[in-house]
Amino acid sequence: MSGLASYFSYPFVKNALIVGALIALCSSLLGVTLVLRRFSFIGDGLSHVAFGAMAVAAALGISNDMPLTLVITVISAVLMLRAGGGAGIKGDAALAMVSVGALAVGYLLMNVFSKSSNLSGDVCSALFGSTSILTLTKLEVWLSVLLSVFTIAAFLLLYNKLFSVTFDESFAKAVGVKTGLYNLILALLTAVTVVLSMKLVGSLLISALIIFPALSAMRVFKSFLSVTVCAAAVGVLCTVCGIVASIVLATPVGATVVAVDIIVFGVFYAVGKLR
Amino acid sequence: MTQLVCENLSLGYNGRKIVEGLSFEVNAGDYLCIVGENGSGKSTLVKTLLGLMPPLSGVIRMSGLTRREIGYLPQQTDYQRDFPATAREIVLSGFQGANGAHPFYSAAQKKAASGNMEKTGVLPLARRCYRELSGGQQQRVLLARALCAASRMLLLDEPVAGLDIKAADRMYEAVEKLNAEGVTVIMISHDTSAVYRAGSVLHIGKTLFFGSREKYLESEAFRGLGGRGK
Repeated sequence: MSGLASYFSYPFVKNALIVGALIALCSSLLGVTLVLRRFSFIGDGLSHVAFGAMAVAAALGISNDMPLTLVITVISAVLMLRAGGGAGIKGDAALAMVSVGALAVGYLLMNVFSKSSNLSGDVCSALFGSTSILTLTKLEVWLSVLLSVFTIAAFLLLYNKLFSVTFDESFAKAVGVKTGLYNLILALLTAVTVVLSMKLVGSLLISALIIFPALSAMRVFKSFLSVTVCAAAVGVLCTVCGIVASIVLATPVGATVVAVDIIVFGVFYAVGKLR
Repeated sequence: MTQLVCENLSLGYNGRKIVEGLSFEVNAGDYLCIVGENGSGKSTLVKTLLGLMPPLSGVIRMSGLTRREIGYLPQQTDYQRDFPATAREIVLSGFQGANGAHPFYSAAQKKAASGNMEKTGVLPLARRCYRELSGGQQQRVLLARALCAASRMLLLDEPVAGLDIKAADRMYEAVEKLNAEGVTVIMISHDTSAVYRAGSVLHIGKTLFFGSREKYLESEAFRGLGGRGK
């Protein structure tokens, strides 16, 4: 136990826990809306785009890749939303195309341009997070805190709007809610959250942070408010427990966090069945 | 007092005309039933009346009423049926259009939401989860939400689709009660049972008809839909 306490005296552990909790809060809040609107895969598609963008940053030799990744991911989010609105290619096919294409191009770029001596380590870190949450720079910590606070504030202010658009978009549109605008904001917030989450769990595991807390909460709770609050709590707790467990057990951070999410989902599923 | 006039409307999308030469009018307090087979253009007419889609040609005039003041009851989508939200949360969302950029609901709106749930008989269900309600109860929750959006005209799209006879009757009764209180009702339906409840009928399809229910029941259009005189 005293061993565990000694971990918390390291500033990098504290940073990881703060940033991890904030990221989990953002992704689980947005997750409720995304899951209910059958948009679960947008998070997944965007995370692959973010991986591609990170590879572009690496190829250009930019050391702090977050701003560039953020810009590219946000633009992709807007384009994906448009594609879902009924272009030539069906929404889900367009999404699959962009997401798998970005993954391939990203790996290709990293292979061709990377000057790193440990290429497979870099790729693994980008895809599965590995230790990047424990090696955050001061700038990254502040940027993460700022963006998370912005996302959470936007979610709280738009909570009722997002509810009405999520439950019934055609009704909302008919009574004059600017559904296009709120869909756009939702896509932007998702993009920001995805970019933040890359540091924690890597791009392949981001959707887990988005969907698991929401799905767990929906097994048990019956109002939108309680589902949202529960998802947020589950998301934060699972992430904090996962980070601590990964340090103690010396396991990969991202995969451990997701494993905790899966276990908690199992518990909620059982509770939901028993009620 | 006339609330809505449509003159010589042509409806359709992507350049394809579905209906043309559509003219009808709705007065305050009317109960209009719009009937037609599937694919006859009923949904297109709904979208056009709500301003979600422009007519190909023709004029829609509203007096003393804006498009936002039409309370809309859309057909349910599959994913709504297992949505985790309470009846009250859903009814309150009817005020979203009026709230503009304002993020929260006022105390007056919360009170009005309760009043509207009372009117459609779902106030005792306010704290219940939507997905646990029966199909008929869900429709009456959505009716209360439509009332929150607008209290003067309701546009109901197939409100009894998928309901059993008893639930359909309760839905019709709730609508009739609102109509008796002065709310204008426009009801879309693909079957003829709704016709007997209405004051006037608009039939769209191969033949067009607009007029009183009595005249409609004797018309060619009614027989074309498979209806028999009562």
